[in-house]
Amino acid sequence: MDFRQLKRWFPVFVLPTLVAFCVAFVVPFGMGVWLSFHRFTTVTNARFVGLENYVRALTADTDFLRALGFTALFAAVSILLINVLAFTLALLLTRPRRGQNLLRSVFFMPNLIGGIVLGYVFSLLINGVLGLWGVDITYAAKYGFWGLVLLNVWQLAGYMMVIYIAGLQNIPGSLLEAAAIDGASAATTLWRVKLPLVMPAITICTFLTLTNAFKLFDQNLALTAGAPEGKTRMLALDIYQTFYGRAGWQGVGQAKAVLFFLLVAALAAIQLRLTRSREVDA
Amino acid sequence: MNGKPSLGHRLSTVALWVLAAVFLLPVALVVMNSFKSRLYISGAPFALPDAGTFVGWENYRTGLTSAGFTAAFGRSLFITVGSVLLIVVGCSMTAWYIARAKSRWTNLLYYLFVFSMIVPFQMVMYTMTYVVGSLGLDTLPGIVFVYLGFGSGLSVFMLTGFVRGIPLEIEEAATMDGCNPLQCFFRIVMPVLRPTAVTVAILNAMWVWNDYLLPYLVLGTDQKTIPVAIQIAMQGAYGATDYGGLMAMLVLAIIPIILFYLVGQKYIIQGVIAGAVKG
Repeated sequence: MDFRQLKRWFPVFVLPTLVAFCVAFVVPFGMGVWLSFHRFTTVTNARFVGLENYVRALTADTDFLRALGFTALFAAVSILLINVLAFTLALLLTRPRRGQNLLRSVFFMPNLIGGIVLGYVFSLLINGVLGLWGVDITYAAKYGFWGLVLLNVWQLAGYMMVIYIAGLQNIPGSLLEAAAIDGASAATTLWRVKLPLVMPAITICTFLTLTNAFKLFDQNLALTAGAPEGKTRMLALDIYQTFYGRAGWQGVGQAKAVLFFLLVAALAAIQLRLTRSREVDA
Repeated sequence: MNGKPSLGHRLSTVALWVLAAVFLLPVALVVMNSFKSRLYISGAPFALPDAGTFVGWENYRTGLTSAGFTAAFGRSLFITVGSVLLIVVGCSMTAWYIARAKSRWTNLLYYLFVFSMIVPFQMVMYTMTYVVGSLGLDTLPGIVFVYLGFGSGLSVFMLTGFVRGIPLEIEEAATMDGCNPLQCFFRIVMPVLRPTAVTVAILNAMWVWNDYLLPYLVLGTDQKTIPVAIQIAMQGAYGATDYGGLMAMLVLAIIPIILFYLVGQKYIIQGVIAGAVKG
């Protein structure tokens, strides 16, 4: 086909999506970067202030850095727990056993439920347990932290398990047979054969749990809303509350949002580079 | 694996079933409490309903009516179905154009779509709300259009990747036979695109149905979707929260997802894997 004549069809094929994309993303993104260098209460009364918003975001109070620390710790703990649990489940559920499919479904299902709903489901459970000691999740930051970790593990372990199962099933049977013939123990097979060969799946799962942890918002809002005293506020919630909870701080909120974007983008790049290099071809 | 399963195998099976029960516990707890009087929920969530606390379907009646949940359900359904249809058709057409009308501009466009995937929502939420509001798109049909914009990053990326793998010959033959690009796309390309289109539809349906912040910012509290209705019901004046109605709402929010999963389990799992690998 002469695809040059296709150019005339640009308005039909691309324009509707492109207009929606510009309205939802391109224009707001450009405006967002621009506004981060301005002081404003609405978009129309912006006044240029240079880097002031960025300075205030990092030095006017400790909110943003505290949220960063909390989020980073949350991400580290979540990545470890989720991936260890998910990989263990995948190993157990790739061996034939009765009820295998039902078990996989049960573990996977929480992933489909939205963050707000999950947050309130867990607040009933967690507050019910903590209530036995006469406190609730807003009593101390450590309760909120572990509550969020628990919720995150519950939501993502089954999802990552599914990806690990796909990875494990891609290992050629001949390799495992060869290992068995050479007399490799189960542990050696796991460390020397299975783990290196599912490295792509590990890359994907680490990457997904990492960015998911950094972008977490709905669960945070529903489960703790930052209580007590904003100590369980993660980055996304801190940005939200800076925008909509503090008059005159919109510019600071936008500057935090730009920093947040740069951080997420950088993490994604580093993560991919680090794990890609350790992948092995089967 | 011949003969009797080993002790380790049987122990791990038991452990898996126990863990599965733990996984079901939170949702089971909500279902159980949805049948209790609202006064006995937050204080004693683990107490089974008894003669004094069992209220039958009352929470479902109050939850459905007082908080406007039925209307919220309708809105969520409209927005989800509308957005998914628009995203699948719009992004398939865009992806095909990008893959076939290769030029510097389509390349630039492609990378712009890919770029948008790594940008967190908080980066654009304030300015997006302003742009959408000043264009008068803060309506139900308007938000469907906004979802096309937000959904296009991942969707165009996945669909373009798939189109690039389709051999050109069929489309060339169709053009020889006198098809214009539009006919060629809907008769030849769209059917071939189906597996990826299903994946894109599932990923977007899950996202839009569960999304809270975008509808809250764009539509506000007058036109609540399900997640917004739940969040509002929960925030309702402290101490006055109707936990009974809330439990019923949570159950009603989860049921469609479970039905959706039971119907399309195979496609959902494949879709989620494909989305994870590409995203």
